[in-house]
Amino acid sequence: KKMAMVLTAIRGELVVIPVEWSWLTLSRVLFSRQEVMKWNGWGYSDSRFLFNKKGQAEFTGRRYRLSGMVLPSLKDWFESTFGASLQHKSPATATLNASAVPFPSLNEAFLQDLKSTGIPFSHEAEDRVFRAHGHCLHEIFALREGKFGRVPDLVVWPNCHEDVVKTVDLACRHNVCLIPYGGGTSVSSALECPPDETRCIVSLDTSQMSRILWIDEKNLTAHVEAGIVGQDLERLLNESGYCTGHEPDSMEFSSLGGWVATRASGMKKNVYGNIEDLVVHIKMVCPRGVVEKSCQGPRVSIGPDIHHFIMGSEGTLGVVTEVTIKIRPMPEYQKYGSVVFPNFEQGVACLREVAKQRCAPASIRLMDNAQFQFGHALKPQVSSIFTSFLDGLKKFYITKFKGFDPHHLCVATLLFEGDRERVLQHEKQVYDIAAKFGGLAAGEDNGQRGYMLTFVIAYLRDLGMDYYVIGESFETSVPWDRVLDLCRNVKERIVRECRERGVQFPPLATCRVTQTYDAGACVYFYFAFNYRGLADPVNIYGRVEHAAREEILANGGSLSHHHGVGKLRKHWMPESISDVGIGMLKSVKEYVDPDNIFGSRNLL
Amino acid sequence: LSHTHSDCCCYHNSPKSYILLKTWDPALKKRDDFEDILEERRSSSDLRYALRCYVPVVYKGIAPCKPGVLKTAVLQSDRLRHVVAEMSKETGESADVIREEASGILEEMAHRLRLGTVRFFAYSLSKAFKALFQRVRVNEDGIQRLQQSIQEHPVVLLPSHRSYMDFLIMSYILYTYDLSLPVIAAGMDFLGMKIVGEMLRMSGAFFIRRSFGGDKLYWAVFSEYVKTMLRNGYAPIEFFLEGTRSRTCKSLTPKLGLLNIVMEPFFKGEVFDVSLVPISISYERVLEEALYARELLGVPKPKESTSGLLKARKILSEDYGSIHVYFGHPVSLRSLAQGRINRSQYNLLPRHIPRRPSQETQAFVNETAYRLVRLQEENMVLRPWVLVAALLLQNPDGVDMERLVEQTSWLRGLAVSFGAFLDWPGNTKAVASSLALHTGLVRTEGGRAQLAMEPKEPGSPEEDLFDRAASVLSCASYRNQILHVFLRPALLGMAMQMAEASRKDDIYSCFSFLRDVFSNEFILCPGGTVQDFDEACYMLTKCAAVHVQKQEVVATEKGQRILSFLTSLFQPFLKGYQVGPAPFLELVDYPRHFCFLGFLPSLTCYEALSSDVQKNALAALLRMKVVRKLKV
Repeated sequence: KKMAMVLTAIRGELVVIPVEWSWLTLSRVLFSRQEVMKWNGWGYSDSRFLFNKKGQAEFTGRRYRLSGMVLPSLKDWFESTFGASLQHKSPATATLNASAVPFPSLNEAFLQDLKSTGIPFSHEAEDRVFRAHGHCLHEIFALREGKFGRVPDLVVWPNCHEDVVKTVDLACRHNVCLIPYGGGTSVSSALECPPDETRCIVSLDTSQMSRILWIDEKNLTAHVEAGIVGQDLERLLNESGYCTGHEPDSMEFSSLGGWVATRASGMKKNVYGNIEDLVVHIKMVCPRGVVEKSCQGPRVSIGPDIHHFIMGSEGTLGVVTEVTIKIRPMPEYQKYGSVVFPNFEQGVACLREVAKQRCAPASIRLMDNAQFQFGHALKPQVSSIFTSFLDGLKKFYITKFKGFDPHHLCVATLLFEGDRERVLQHEKQVYDIAAKFGGLAAGEDNGQRGYMLTFVIAYLRDLGMDYYVIGESFETSVPWDRVLDLCRNVKERIVRECRERGVQFPPLATCRVTQTYDAGACVYFYFAFNYRGLADPVNIYGRVEHAAREEILANGGSLSHHHGVGKLRKHWMPESISDVGIGMLKSVKEYVDPDNIFGSRNLL
Repeated sequence: LSHTHSDCCCYHNSPKSYILLKTWDPALKKRDDFEDILEERRSSSDLRYALRCYVPVVYKGIAPCKPGVLKTAVLQSDRLRHVVAEMSKETGESADVIREEASGILEEMAHRLRLGTVRFFAYSLSKAFKALFQRVRVNEDGIQRLQQSIQEHPVVLLPSHRSYMDFLIMSYILYTYDLSLPVIAAGMDFLGMKIVGEMLRMSGAFFIRRSFGGDKLYWAVFSEYVKTMLRNGYAPIEFFLEGTRSRTCKSLTPKLGLLNIVMEPFFKGEVFDVSLVPISISYERVLEEALYARELLGVPKPKESTSGLLKARKILSEDYGSIHVYFGHPVSLRSLAQGRINRSQYNLLPRHIPRRPSQETQAFVNETAYRLVRLQEENMVLRPWVLVAALLLQNPDGVDMERLVEQTSWLRGLAVSFGAFLDWPGNTKAVASSLALHTGLVRTEGGRAQLAMEPKEPGSPEEDLFDRAASVLSCASYRNQILHVFLRPALLGMAMQMAEASRKDDIYSCFSFLRDVFSNEFILCPGGTVQDFDEACYMLTKCAAVHVQKQEVVATEKGQRILSFLTSLFQPFLKGYQVGPAPFLELVDYPRHFCFLGFLPSLTCYEALSSDVQKNALAALLRMKVVRKLKV
C-alpha cells in the first residue's frame, strides 16, 4: 500500500495510523468531535460492541486489540448475569435532533467583543450539546432518549493562554458564566449546566491548546498546554523517547487540564505518581488574574501549596492553561502478569503485604470473582484447538488440582515496567509474596486481558444500554483494615437496595482493588442491572448509587479517590471536610471569583 | 375508628402519630400457628431421633470453625493484643503473663460444642419433656424465617427468661428443626454443677461471671469472644436480655452489656447486618413456681448443684401443661439503626481500640432493648389460667364458678381487644382446665373457686403467714403474665382516678408520674411517655371506656367496669410501693404526687412482701430522689 504507517502506543496497545495524519493529533480533531466520536455514547464512532446475526458479540472498528474480534462467551454471560435477552432491545435515538435543543440565550455585548478577538466560537446545537455533559449514566441515558436539559449557549475555542486571558476578561466584563471543557469524560455531573443559571453559559473548550511547548531533558520536565489529551501527550513524548507514565483509564480522551482540575490518578502511579506528584508548575487564569509560582523548585516550603487550591477545584476557580509536568525516559521493558488467589480475602492480604514491603509493580489490581468472570466473558474466539486444550488444562489445574473454587477465586493483574533485568527480579519478588497467600501465577495473557476490561468497559455500557441494562462505576479509597468490610458491605447494600426498589433481577455488583498505598487502597466498583419493568430506571439507579455511597462513607471510605465531587457528590462535602473546611474553600472561591464567573457550581 | 377519634386519641393530635397508632394496633397483629413437636416424639424412636443425620444450614455457606480455632482467633485478635499491651504498660507485668491470664479466662469461658453431647441431650430431653409437658408448641413459620436469616446474616437469639428450661428448650427446638445450635451466654453459677456444667458447655453454653465491672482483661476477652463468633457467623448467639430468670414472670428491665457487644460489629462495618430474633417462651406452669415464691419472700436461691438437680427429679411426676415457643420476626439491626446511628463516627479510631459508646449509641441500644423485650411480651402465649388467676386475686374470698366463667369470658374479650395473644379452648373448658392444672394454688369447693390460702397443716402464725404469702405470690406470678397487655390503659385509668379531674393535661402529668414511678417495675421505655399515653388513649377509646376530647378525658358509663378492673389489677403494686420500702425510708422530699400513694403501713397486701416489689420501689424512690442512701 502506498500509505505509510506509523506505530503508536495507546495504553500499551500498538495502534496504526496513516503517516499523513501524524500531525493530526486527536486534540485537533476534537474541534468537531462529532465526526469521530459518538454524540450519545462512549468513544469513537467506529468502535462499538454489537451482537451479530448469529447472536455473537463483536467489537467493531480497527482501533483496539479487541477490534474486529468475536467474543463467543459474552452473550451467555450477559444474559445469565442480568437476566437480559437479545430479544428485548432498547435502542438509542439515532441522530441528534437539533430542533429539540434549547435555543441559545446569547449575551450580545460579549459576543461582539469576542468576535473582535478572533477567537473561534459556535452556537450550533450540535457543538453545544456535545459540551453539555460528561459520562454519568443519567447524562448518557437522557441523550439516548434525545432529551436535552440546559446546554451551554456558546462554545469558544481559545488557541493559547492569551486567548483564555481575553475570554475570561470578557466574561467578567459582561457577567457571562464560564464552564471549562477538556475531554468531556467527567463522571461527577461536573459539566452539567446549572438549570437555574440565567446568565449566558459559555463552554470554554481547551482542545485547541494541545501543544507541547518545550521539553527540558536536563530536568526531565515538559511544558504542555492543558488541552492536550492523554494519548496525544504520551505519543508525542514517546517520539522524543519520553513518557509521563500518567495513564488514567480515560486517557484516550481526557485532558491534562482536566486531570489537574479533578486530582486524577493514573494506573501506573506506583512508578510515576498521581497527578499531584507529577505536576511541577501550573498556570491558571482566574477572574482575579493569572495564578502561578515563580520557580520550578522540586519542593518548596512557602506556605500552603497553592497548587492544592487548583488541583481538585473542578473548574470553579479558573481555567488551567499550561502545565509543567515531569517526564521519564520510556521504559525499556514491559511485562504483564497475573496471579490467581483462592479467594478475595487472600488476594487483599497479598496486596497489603506488597504495599507493606513497598514493592508494588507499576500496576497491581485485584478483581473479585464476579469481575474475573466478566473478564473471562471477553475472551476472544480461540484460534486453535491447541489453545483451547491448553485453556482447559489450566482450568483443570487450578480448580481440580489446586482445589480453587471457581466461584470464589479471584485474580490480580500486574504490570511491570523498567529495565529488563530489574523487571524480572521484581516479578519474582512479587510472585514469591503472592505464593505465601496461596496465589498461583496465571500468565501474561490473563493480566493483559484484565487491563483491557478497563478501557472497553465504557463501550460495553453502551451495549448494555441497547438491551435494558444500565450501569456505572464509582470508586473510593479506604484504609487497609477496612477494605474487605467495605467491599462486602457496599456490594450487599447494592443488592439489597435494588431488591427493595423493585429491580426484577439481581444486579451485577463487583469490585476491584485498583491502587495500593502505604495506608490504604483504592477500590473501584461496577454496578449494573436490568431495568425491564421499571418506570423510572435512572431515578432508581441514582438512589441505589446514593445508598452505595452512604455505605462507603459509613465504612470508612472516602467520597472520591479520583473521580472528583462535581455536583453528583457535593451533598456529602460538609460531612467529609467539616464546615470549617467548607468555609476555607469558600473564602478562596470568594476572593478568586467573586462574581461566580466560573459558575459550574461543582464541589461547594 | 371514626375521624373524631382520630383527632382526639393522640395527645399531640398529629396525623402522623395517628397513622402510627393505627398500624400499631396490637389487636390487628397477625400471628402464626403452632405445631406440637412432642407429637412426633411420642410416636417414634427417641434414639433414632437423637442419632439422626444433622446438617444445619449455615451462614453464607461457611462451615463453622472448630472451638480451638476460635480460641486462637480470639487470643490473637488485635483487640486483645492491644489490651494486653496496655495492661502490661500500666501494671508492669510482662505481656506473656497477662496473655496467659487471658487464655485462662477464655478457657473458663469458652464453649466446646460437641455433637455427641447434643445427641445425648436430644435423647434425654425427649424423655424428660414427654414426662413433664403435654405439648411443646412452636410456630413453624417463625422457624422458617429464622432459617432464612441464619443464611443471610449473623443471628442473635433473644428468648424471654422464665425458667432454667429456657435454653434447653431452645437448643432442643433448633436441633429438631435442623438449625444451627446456638452458643449460649450462661451464668457462671452453672459451672458449680459437676458434670452437668461441663455437659452444658459441650452443648454450646459459654460461661460468664455475673459481675466483672472493672476487669478490663475479662471484658476484652469476653467481648472479643462473642464478637468473633458473631463476625464469623459461627453460630447463632443466644442470650437473655433480661439477664436473669424473672421470678415474677413479668419481663425484667433489659440489661445492655451483651446487646452492646453484638451490635458493635455492625456499627463498625464488620458485618453487613445483624438479625435480632425476639423469642417468647411461655409456660402454662413454670417448673420453678414454688421456688420463686419462696425466693421472693427471702429464702435464698438454692445453689446450682448436680445433687440438687437429681433431687428435683420428683418434679418429673407432675404435669406442667404446655409450652409455647414463638419465634418472632427477625429484626434487622441495620433498619433499626438507619438514621439513628452515624457509623462514620468509628472512622477515625482503629476499630480494635475499645472506647465508650457515644450517648446517641447508648440511647439507641437502650431503646432497642426495650423494643425487643416488648416484642417478646407481645408474642407470649397466655393461657386462660392467667386470666383466672387475675380474677381470683381480686376476689380473695372466692367466686362462684358460674360467675368466674362469665368474668373470665368478659376479661378475655377485653384482653383480646388490647392485643393479648391467648390460647383459648372455649370458655367453660378454659376455666375448668386451668383449675385442674393448678390444684396446688386454687381450691374448688361447693361450686366456688378460691385461692388456696389455708395451710395444709397449721404451724406457727409466722409460718402460716409465709405460706399464705407464698401461694399469693405464686398466683400473682401468673397474673403478672398479662400485665403488659393492660399496663398502659391501667396507668391511664389510675391517672384519671388520681387527677380527680378530667383535664387532659392534668391526667397526662399524673400518667407521666405513675409511669415514672413504675419504670423499674414494668417495661416502659424512657422517653416514650407521649407515645404510651397515646396508646393508652387509643386502647381505652377503642373499647369505649373513655371519651377523649381535645382538652378532656372522660370515663364513660360503660367504662366503669373496665376501669375499675384495671385499677384493681395494679392495686397490689400501688400498695406494694406504699408499704414495701417503708422500713428503709428516711424521706428527703415529699412531692405532691406521693400524697396519693400515701405511706400508710398495712399488711393487708401480701404482694408487698415480695422482695422484687420492695427492690423496685426503693430503686424508683432513689431514682426520683425522694429518698437517698445513707449507708452503703
